[in-house]
Amino acid sequence: MRDQSETRTGYALLLPALGVLALLALYPILALCWLSLRHRILPFGIDEFAGLDHYAVLLQTPRFWNSLGVTLYFVGVSVALEAALGLCIALLLARNFPGAGWARALIILPWAIPTVVTAKMWEWIYHPDFGVLNYLLQATGLVSAPVNWLGTPSLAIHAAIVADVWKTTPFVVILLLAGLAMIPPDLYRASALDGASPWATFRHVTLPLLRPILLVVVLFRMIDALRAFDLLYVLTGGGPADTTETLAIYTYKILFQTLQFGYGSAIGVVMFLVVTLVSLLHFWVGRADFRRLAGRAP
Amino acid sequence: MTAGPARQAMLRATLALVLTWALSPILWQALTSVKPDTELVILPPLLPAQPTLAHYTVLFEQHPFNQVLLNSFAVAGLTAFAALALGTLAAFPLARLPIRGKLLILGVVLGCSLFPAIVTVGPLFIIIRALGMRDTWWALIISHTTFALPLTIWVLANFLRDLPEDLYRAARVDGCTPWQGFTRVLLPLCRPGLAAAGILAFLFSWTEFLFALTFTATEAARTVPVAIVLFPGVHEIRWGEIAAASILVTLPVVVLVLIFHRQIVHGLTAGAIKG
Repeated sequence: MRDQSETRTGYALLLPALGVLALLALYPILALCWLSLRHRILPFGIDEFAGLDHYAVLLQTPRFWNSLGVTLYFVGVSVALEAALGLCIALLLARNFPGAGWARALIILPWAIPTVVTAKMWEWIYHPDFGVLNYLLQATGLVSAPVNWLGTPSLAIHAAIVADVWKTTPFVVILLLAGLAMIPPDLYRASALDGASPWATFRHVTLPLLRPILLVVVLFRMIDALRAFDLLYVLTGGGPADTTETLAIYTYKILFQTLQFGYGSAIGVVMFLVVTLVSLLHFWVGRADFRRLAGRAP
Repeated sequence: MTAGPARQAMLRATLALVLTWALSPILWQALTSVKPDTELVILPPLLPAQPTLAHYTVLFEQHPFNQVLLNSFAVAGLTAFAALALGTLAAFPLARLPIRGKLLILGVVLGCSLFPAIVTVGPLFIIIRALGMRDTWWALIISHTTFALPLTIWVLANFLRDLPEDLYRAARVDGCTPWQGFTRVLLPLCRPGLAAAGILAFLFSWTEFLFALTFTATEAARTVPVAIVLFPGVHEIRWGEIAAASILVTLPVVVLVLIFHRQIVHGLTAGAIKG
């Protein structure tokens, strides 16, 4: 009797949230797959079946392969830098010192502010004529002439990566700090008693215990960087010469600047598959958390 | 651990370097926002010689910035409210009630949070246009709630999971229905979890750009991030006003982070680490 009323209440309470997710998250994915099989161009009222045409075109379009390459480069370099830098900063902030609480709160700010603000902020810093970066580099004699950071094909993507690293490293730091706090202090004491060097302690105590959370963070950051849109859209808009055009930017341009909803959706499906692949890995790594949350129910 | 004075000094210098790296771009934007136009195009000096609030005044007098700020507050506030309402209801059965398929439900919920927004924005645009909701708060509240909901459910389910199991059992033995046990016993203890989830949902909506850009057309519903990007500049980019608007949209974030940084950290780590 009791269990039945609990089960019934349970399903009833889940219904609204699952309904919203089904309607506004799962349905759009199905609609996307369906759209990708159609010729649909909004302003001309074109709407007819296309089969796999869009995918065939996609595979032969250099711009698509370019955007895939740009995406993977952006994700790879950004996430590697964020993980390395994030680990160093987390190790630093995990120490006890006066003002540690303040430092741990302030470090969150770059992550918490709107990405649009981040992009505009860095666009101004990178400004070829009035930017503070060029001023500082020239004042210290590191460069002799102003550099056009966002207008030079080989530089723009790296300028964008620096802005992304600035913004998202705090996220890595927050999670690694939480991971570090969970390492039992006894292990460090034992390691000190054994006369281990700081490096040996890091290598044999800290790193192995931090590895699971590090893996989760890196995979999550990969998913986030794969779908990153705001920063590049505002900072470079995909330029110069498409050198910063990621899959997300390419999809957006085809969808909302040319209004080719069919073809744009096909790029969207490819992007969805790439993200899903990394997500499955993320799920598999985090499976213990799922079981814990789902399993111990009465 | 022993640390010599030299080591201490080096640590302090590194710390200063890290905080400079993290905060100086924001500080530079703040300085830019109080520099008169003539000083924006000249370096040095780095610091404003004649600080002015002119850019802020222009913002409110020449642009409908009041409306845009109101839109942002309303959309983010209502999104946080809706995500908390739906999320709390769903988190309770996932954490405490005997229902089948929990693993699957959790997987779907978390999966939804990993969908790229750019992938769902096309179909959502078609739905919103069909419903006649373009350029309204509702278009943004609905889409933001959907994307904030998985994290809300996740944070609250973890929080409920960590409350002592006996509390709810005792309430049931005393004759409470499951619903009463939840609302009268567990929910009042959930305040820190609700604060964490609510703030994360608010921050998400406050900073969101893609949906806000796509689903709005005028100042009627446009939020601050979109307004900053679409700033009207006839001959040149209005860097001073962009900086002023950036600072205005950043201030509430700074306040929230400094007051609630524990809750934010707790919320973010709930999903990633076994607590």
